[in-house]
Amino acid sequence: MTEMVKLTPKDFATDQEVRWCPGCGDYAVLKAVQRTMPELGVDPANTVFVSGIGCSSRFPYYMETYGFHTIHGRAPAIATGVKLANPELDVWIITGDGDALSIGGNHTMHLLRRNLNCQILLFNNEIYGLTKGQYSPTSRIGTRSPSTPFGSVDGPVQPCAFALGSGARFVARGIDVHKNLPEVLKAAHAHQGAAFVEVFQNCIVYNDDVFASFTAKDNAGKQLWLKAGEPMLFDRGAKGLALDREALNLKVVDVEGGDWQSAGVIVHDPRNRVVAHMLVEMPFGTFPMALGVLYDDPRPTFESVLLRQNEEAAAGKRPDLQALVSRGQTWQVAKEPREI
Amino acid sequence: MATATHLITEVEPRTDDAPEAVVVRFAGDSGDGMQLTGGQFTLSTALAGNDLATFPDFPAEIRAPQGTTFGVSAFQINFGSAAIETAGDAPDVLIAMNPAALKTNVGDLKPGGLIIADEGEFGARNLAKAGYETSPLEDGSLGKWQLVRFNISQLTLDAVKPFGLGNKEALRCKNMWTLGLALWMFDRDRAPIEAWLRAKFAKAPELAEANIAALNAGHAFGETAEIGSPLKQHHVDPAPAEPGLYRTVTGAEAISLGLVAGCQLAGLPMFFGGYPITPASAILHHLSRLKEYGVTTFQAEDEIAAVAAAIGASFAGQLGITSSSGPGIALKTEAIGLAIMTELPLVIVNSQRGGPSTGLPTKTEQSDLYQAVYGRNGDAPLPVIAARSPADAFDCAIEACRIAVQYMTPVMLLTDGYIANAAEPWRVPDMSGYERFDVGFHDAPLAEGEAVNPYARDEKLARVWIKPGTAGLTHRIGGIEKNVGTGHIDYAPDNHQAMTDIRANKVLGVADSIPDQDVCLGAPGGKLAVIGWGSTFGPIHQAVRRARGRGLDVSHVHVRHIWPLPRNLGELLRSYERVIVPEMNNGQLKTLLRDQYLVDAKPVNKVSGKPFKISEIEAAIEEALA
Ligand code: SF4
Repeated sequence: MTEMVKLTPKDFATDQEVRWCPGCGDYAVLKAVQRTMPELGVDPANTVFVSGIGCSSRFPYYMETYGFHTIHGRAPAIATGVKLANPELDVWIITGDGDALSIGGNHTMHLLRRNLNCQILLFNNEIYGLTKGQYSPTSRIGTRSPSTPFGSVDGPVQPCAFALGSGARFVARGIDVHKNLPEVLKAAHAHQGAAFVEVFQNCIVYNDDVFASFTAKDNAGKQLWLKAGEPMLFDRGAKGLALDREALNLKVVDVEGGDWQSAGVIVHDPRNRVVAHMLVEMPFGTFPMALGVLYDDPRPTFESVLLRQNEEAAAGKRPDLQALVSRGQTWQVAKEPREI
Repeated sequence: MATATHLITEVEPRTDDAPEAVVVRFAGDSGDGMQLTGGQFTLSTALAGNDLATFPDFPAEIRAPQGTTFGVSAFQINFGSAAIETAGDAPDVLIAMNPAALKTNVGDLKPGGLIIADEGEFGARNLAKAGYETSPLEDGSLGKWQLVRFNISQLTLDAVKPFGLGNKEALRCKNMWTLGLALWMFDRDRAPIEAWLRAKFAKAPELAEANIAALNAGHAFGETAEIGSPLKQHHVDPAPAEPGLYRTVTGAEAISLGLVAGCQLAGLPMFFGGYPITPASAILHHLSRLKEYGVTTFQAEDEIAAVAAAIGASFAGQLGITSSSGPGIALKTEAIGLAIMTELPLVIVNSQRGGPSTGLPTKTEQSDLYQAVYGRNGDAPLPVIAARSPADAFDCAIEACRIAVQYMTPVMLLTDGYIANAAEPWRVPDMSGYERFDVGFHDAPLAEGEAVNPYARDEKLARVWIKPGTAGLTHRIGGIEKNVGTGHIDYAPDNHQAMTDIRANKVLGVADSIPDQDVCLGAPGGKLAVIGWGSTFGPIHQAVRRARGRGLDVSHVHVRHIWPLPRNLGELLRSYERVIVPEMNNGQLKTLLRDQYLVDAKPVNKVSGKPFKISEIEAAIEEALA
């Protein structure tokens, strides 16, 4: 772009009719993303949204950028090809709990360990919405659904724990309707490498209020919004997280009169991988829900290292097709064909 | 367009001073280095100017238990002073490095053929492992062949003694001793092999020298062999060949080079997504060393990711390529459907192997034709090309790239385990003779009030290719059906019919850009046509040539473009009274021909993991004409 025109959220909206159920959390996430894009100052022509299959995967059709609505579970693999072919592109992956952690779990894992520079927004609604409400790999034990009328029996996967275990260098959480979501998206965008964001998204039709225990207004005290360099306080500063040195784990402590230091509340260091593991593993209930940027510690990105290696391997060599096909041990046949 | 010349002699064989061909098979334990020995013997054969074809045959196990029959690895080469199209039906010479190698291979040897055996390996233990009760070298059971035997193991140990290697390492030089003997037998120059050994063992010069000593000792042994022994020196004249520069090439090399050439001719960088699988991995290995040609190789986490990443790269403006064998192609199939739906260029190479399932991973078969032509959900057509030989694979790969970018479609290129591994002489093509097919990305700014339509088409029905990053042309594509006029999501019945028709017609239209079907030996019209495709070219061609030499009215038609078929093929088939279709499957091209042309194509099937023998096709010709 020759001149920087200040874009608005509208510039990132397509003329396509949005077809999610009324009241679906996806609308809020779409709005948050469309609001955030102008603030990031990105060029729509240089932005690509890649999705798999599921309710949330319709997302690219509503973004006035380049977009690729692919097949179930494979968005990370397709995005890898996009980014390697043109590392200048700003790549966003839109996926869901079934898409990213069930059918596409393998690709999600490998994208994270390779550290492709992109943003992954995992819309977690703990259910298969598009196929009409079956339990998903993030559904809690006992979830009643058309395929589990007596309740699901298998334990759920923890998306952020999965991401960390796969080698992710950026792990964050947000809530569809929460005002902090744009901040989380901006942090993800600023991170060089695979930025994994779990968005708690309410499926009003098949799994309504499944996250109400911390997203409902009355339960806001259960939200722990992490900020780098700040103490881990929640419930309006009345509670905090401290280190249980005996159990080598976290514990919830009461904070009197704002004196978090004497309560032993720890300060958030997003580069502390050990604490990040504790934060994603904290059982909700006795503990709050950790939100915001849980972990952020960049490493060289996959495409930068791979493409640099390609350049180094090619350095000083001239691409000469004729020389290429003539390689190896050759011999010359000089005489005319003999008659036989 | 220049063609890669795999020389086909159109002349019928003559009786006096007939051209000569010799078939040699090296067989040993999979740890004996037989493939290496065969490879180097092939090189020396090519340098001597003979035409040749090879057939490497090795077990699926990397190191099968030593001395067992299932651990035997063999390499066969057919070379001669006239055009050679197959690796030969029956060996004239069998070199057996142990009892198991003798046992599994001697049955193929021509009556009166020569066996060279390493008697040092014929001890009681090895005999028992191979299931021999008495030594075949002693008990007269090899009476119908000529037998020479000597203790190659001991002779090798003696030859490399000055280099102070351990016993195990010293015995490893056995294959070079054997190669030395073979080089003497066929009057070959040792210098290129010595140069190769020095380069191979550059970091361990004593190993290079020990191997060269073994090579020389084998050669010297031949020279001093007693007169009257069946071991005789034999010179095979060079085969006639078009003048030019030659090299040997395997199918995997030729495909890799052809893909690089195809991308260069299209003016595009290549993105190659692969996942290790036998026998397709060799293509990934070759390409990963060619970065200076704008090649990015990506070893993905699975077959699906390999093709998906290639599709992503095509979306972003490179030429996405993936390769595998049948089971891997099955995994890629859903993604191939996405490429068909989103009309993105993609080349898929299938190095077919014995199936179904894991089947016979290291053996050859051509049983994925149905999979290529029919094997997807929905009406999902794509062009299919089949290579006939290692050298032909080069041009087929270029052709696959051309069709993919000119028609915005995935293209499947079929080869097989035989083509991938086999080597043959190849006249190095003149690259300036190839027509370029540079890709023009769509980047024209929109007119006032105009909307982006990613499904706008040219006269070939190919849609526009708009690279992400192009200002003003942002758009979305995906697997859901799109409106024929706007490219937006559209589930309407008439629209789906229209789009299905366009996808089918676009692929059928590829037939306008391919040559008419030729008759590669014989005449258009007559009593019998033998229709082949893929790697059955060699045995069919030789069998038809021999039959014609005996005065039979039979012609050979070899189909490269499996889908769409050449425009004139139906008419050509109907010009023959009878049609037979030899295939290494249960009759797949036969079904396609019957379906398309209602011709009474008769199957000739072989599904044993081994290529056809010339004699088998000859028998089928006799039977069809009876
Ligand atoms: S089914 Fe649930 S997730 Fe899907 S669009 Fe409707 S409310 Fe949203």
